[in-house]
Amino acid sequence: MNEAVTTGFDTFDLVAMGLKIALIVVMLLQVVPIMVWVERRGSALLQNRLGPNRIGPFGLLQSLVDAIKMMFKEDRVTGHVNPFYFRLAPLVSLIPAFMTFAAIPFASHITLGDKTVEFQIADLNVGLLYILSITSLSVYGVIMGSWASNNKYAIFGGLRSAAQMISYELSMGLSIIGLVMIVGSLKLGDIAAAQGAALFHIGPLAIPKWGIFLQPIGFLIFITCTYAETNRLPFDLPEGESEIVAGYHLEYYSMMFGAFMMAEYINMTVASALTATLYFGGWQLFPGLDLVLASAANHGLQGLAFEWTRVALEAACFTLKTAFFMWLFVWVRWTIPRFRYDQLMNLGWKVLLPLSLANIFVTGYLIYLKVL
Amino acid sequence: MIDVSPVTFTLLAGIAIGCALMVVFKKNPVSSAFSLVLLFAAFAGIYALLGAHLLAALQILVYAGAIMVLFIFVIMLLNADEPSFDMGRSHPVLRAIVGLFCLTLLGFFVWAFKKSEVSLVMPGLFSTTAVDAAGGNSKVISQLMFSKYELPFELTSILLLAGIVGAVAIAKRNLTSPKEGVK
Repeated sequence: MNEAVTTGFDTFDLVAMGLKIALIVVMLLQVVPIMVWVERRGSALLQNRLGPNRIGPFGLLQSLVDAIKMMFKEDRVTGHVNPFYFRLAPLVSLIPAFMTFAAIPFASHITLGDKTVEFQIADLNVGLLYILSITSLSVYGVIMGSWASNNKYAIFGGLRSAAQMISYELSMGLSIIGLVMIVGSLKLGDIAAAQGAALFHIGPLAIPKWGIFLQPIGFLIFITCTYAETNRLPFDLPEGESEIVAGYHLEYYSMMFGAFMMAEYINMTVASALTATLYFGGWQLFPGLDLVLASAANHGLQGLAFEWTRVALEAACFTLKTAFFMWLFVWVRWTIPRFRYDQLMNLGWKVLLPLSLANIFVTGYLIYLKVL
Repeated sequence: MIDVSPVTFTLLAGIAIGCALMVVFKKNPVSSAFSLVLLFAAFAGIYALLGAHLLAALQILVYAGAIMVLFIFVIMLLNADEPSFDMGRSHPVLRAIVGLFCLTLLGFFVWAFKKSEVSLVMPGLFSTTAVDAAGGNSKVISQLMFSKYELPFELTSILLLAGIVGAVAIAKRNLTSPKEGVK
């Protein structure tokens, strides 16, 4: 064995890695019931209703009860399906959803003794490509489920999903290139760190160099594509209740359906976290919070306590930014009606794709002029 | 120190071989296609293990994420059923000849690799340390693409463009009586 293929870990790294993975997985699992509740209460808010309000305070425990109901429902597989792939499909859509979060940093680093711990499971040097490639795999759960269901509406859902994913993946990948050109790295850690510099100052307040200020068009294209990639309204054609009943998960029930729903909500979380990381500074503190932190340091917050406070604030900022985009998902869902399929394809190929290519050229020209 | 590489490699290689066999032996075309996707994923894992992270990501993004989706799309659209892929059993002598040929080929490869003593570390410009020092795989590849290998790179893109134009031409020719609004 040689240097190239030998990867060594010591105990400290292993424990830190295990804790980080456990934290991410538990958080992603916990996000699902909360998000379902937010969606139901949010839709009620937008439609002047009450929403779930009987179980627990503000109906908070409704999701828990629903989850118990799903788990204890009879897990029957009907005769006309392909049982192996039918059971495999929910897992295939759930696993990529969990995998994508590995490359997203949720705080900067902390130095403990002589070790530096990054608050990110893996800072890959192809981090952005890793996320894009794993998200591109999430379509297989949908295709597999729709094909194994052996139902014509389910097949329609699967075909729609495949065409939609491929069309929007392209614009999504191209929309990020402008940002990658500015930062000069595919590492998400670098991209988040690069957004800490100040764009300009208003008095003592520094307006940071967030991606949204440098790449407004790229941001709009990217966020439109995330809605198509996560099968959320206004692009939830693979489900399309009014046309193809429930699309790809028509034949599913009990926890197998629950797994599809979990995958959708986890994909939303990852898409929100990625949007926050690329265009809103990721774990970078909100403007002004750095002043608060500095004054706390002046009043005696020093050493390890200061470092942990900084990390906690960064994680809180990241969570708040992510939470905003998740709320945006709900907000858009209950505001904009579903697109027709030809409108979806026209938007993807004739509007977003040329626009993202133009964005790359303009960004390249501005970098050449040394504006960016 | 815990060494993980040999275990991971054996696991990934096992999955890859298993999936490759499934692609050939499964009679259901969709099952074969799904096995092929898993095979690409296992390959990507092996590339990542060798330090070729960009290649691993592109393997999944392009082959598993885009090309295979279209393959499965077409198979599902054609609704190819199992009997059409069931070729029946061929003549026993023919099977024996093909089997013998494959075994000989496998033996030859094993012998050739044993003999050549291929180093796992790429020498010179593309060694892992040199690539890391230059700023990672993607940087090195893009720099080479636009300097040393610019002509082949541009020629490849022209070839792809020709392919796209050809595909559009074929699709347009088969379009009978185009209606307004229907595409």
